[in-house]
Amino acid sequence: MQARLAAHDLACRRGDRLLFRGLSFVCEAGGALHVIGANGIGKSSLLRMLAGLLRPFAGAIERDGAVGLLDERLALDEDVPLAVASRFWSALDEAEPDLERWGLDRLKDVPVRYLSTGQRKRAVFSRLSAAASPIWLLDEPLNGLDADAQGVVEGMIAEHRSRGGVCILASHQPVDMQNAQILSLRDYGA
Amino acid sequence: MLTLLRRDLALLLPGGRRGGSLLPLLFFLAVATIYPFAVGPAPDLLARTGGGVVWVAALLASILPLERLVRDDLAAGMFDQFSLRGISEEVAMISRMIAHWLSFAPLLLVATVPAAALLGLDGTTIEHLLLGLLAGTPGLAAIGTAVAALTASLRAGAALSGLMVIPLAVPILIFGAGALSRPDGSGIALAGAISLLLVALAPFVAGAAIRASREG
Repeated sequence: MQARLAAHDLACRRGDRLLFRGLSFVCEAGGALHVIGANGIGKSSLLRMLAGLLRPFAGAIERDGAVGLLDERLALDEDVPLAVASRFWSALDEAEPDLERWGLDRLKDVPVRYLSTGQRKRAVFSRLSAAASPIWLLDEPLNGLDADAQGVVEGMIAEHRSRGGVCILASHQPVDMQNAQILSLRDYGA
Repeated sequence: MLTLLRRDLALLLPGGRRGGSLLPLLFFLAVATIYPFAVGPAPDLLARTGGGVVWVAALLASILPLERLVRDDLAAGMFDQFSLRGISEEVAMISRMIAHWLSFAPLLLVATVPAAALLGLDGTTIEHLLLGLLAGTPGLAAIGTAVAALTASLRAGAALSGLMVIPLAVPILIFGAGALSRPDGSGIALAGAISLLLVALAPFVAGAAIRASREG
């Protein structure tokens, strides 16, 4: 897959506040970008903007490839067993998630509302890795995951990049990503 | 689209694990039952006004499911994920509107027969009532979907959506219930025409509302 994501002179306004401005970067196929910054500085807004869900206040975004977004809104049906909730997405994506790799095969019959934060997050990761979207936007992906799962996530990101995917990740935690660009939102504060 | 519709139906149809409830239907029957107690059992009065009461009850029953029609999915980020997969908000809302109609209208039509019997309506009135409801309920579903999407991100959304649906439903009610006193069926045709117009417009209103809620 060939993916590319670039931002030119991006600015973000939420309400009356200008969160950041003059933000530019280019992420070629296989590249990764780690967005850092304090809470409320606009990491999530930046990711939603890159996903096309939020209109930039100024600037332009070039997207080459479909986007997979993972944020705190998991979009899983709470009241049905995990297998049913994930079957809905696999029908939409026409891709079967590998529940075993994420240690979820034992939980198939458990309603999503009984799953822990980490288990839900794993389910969303299994959906993301099954769908073949070349651009990944991950908002705090390691929140709620144990050390094992964090290792799996880091391995998954490396695998995705080796296939030519792009990964943009916003996290205040350190994440092990080889030659990732670091983007500190504080440098673009208004 | 079919996958979406299947999920929306599972979400809204009565019964099932996560399904909607039979409450709108029971509510509808309860109104029809209680009306003769309120106005007295005089058969001619009931026969004259009963059809209108069924219409009002149907309108109120269509408002009950609105609270969960859009709000939970919006909070769960469902529409964001649809949008990333190239499924526009409008398509998602068309599916939601169809599911909403299927979840209350057919049952309501069935329940109209015992409700009409309780009110002592005669055969032709029942026929006009059923045809009118068949023509008018898609419009009610369309208004409901648009209003549910508009109020989904508000804190007092549920109460507000009820208040917003009622004035918008007035034209359907006028022609639908008005058809009961006109034997030529022109009222039913007009109610159907309004319904079609609303069904065509509502997905765009609801889709725009969902997109606007992201900026908030």
